[in-house]
Amino acid sequence: MQVFFLATSLVILLAVLLALYRVIKGPAIIDRIVGLNVIGTKTITIILLTGFLFERIEFFIDIAFVYALINFIGLLTFSKYFERKGANDWRTGK
Amino acid sequence: MTVLAVVFVCSGVFFLLLGAVGILRFPDFYTRMHAAGKCDTLGVLLTFLGLAIYEGFGLASAKILLIALFLLLTSPTATHAIARAALNNTVTRAGRPEETVRR
Repeated sequence: MQVFFLATSLVILLAVLLALYRVIKGPAIIDRIVGLNVIGTKTITIILLTGFLFERIEFFIDIAFVYALINFIGLLTFSKYFERKGANDWRTGK
Repeated sequence: MTVLAVVFVCSGVFFLLLGAVGILRFPDFYTRMHAAGKCDTLGVLLTFLGLAIYEGFGLASAKILLIALFLLLTSPTATHAIARAALNNTVTRAGRPEETVRR
């Protein structure tokens, strides 16, 4: 069963790398923020799978809950900021 | 019970991977938002349900289901907030380059 949790974590890590390409390459800054939100959601799953891998799930659950809270509040803060500031590219300024 | 947990976790990971491919391949912001919001919510819910089934009845599985309920409430809220911020700031859609959506 440990091998299954390790393989699942590696597949989710592949999904994180696919979303990381969008964070690096995304044309507008709001695309990068959506990619960061997706990476954060996958990170919560990886934290729980790590807890099952090390058989210390009762500690890792609290870390995953705090990470979910921080992810949600961070995205709400970014969207509130970009509603006032403008959501276009930070390099070209368009 | 373990077989059921493995089936749930595998389907959840499949949806997570599909959402990542969608956010990589779709042409503009709103379709990417569509893939990210739906696939992430469903994939995380299925994965956490499988992990709770594997853990069995107890405090740890109750906490896992609590995190799943929290993500079920907050992930569509976050998607809505960031999509409304993009819509109010005239992020263009693919194929319609000069469109001003609102304001």
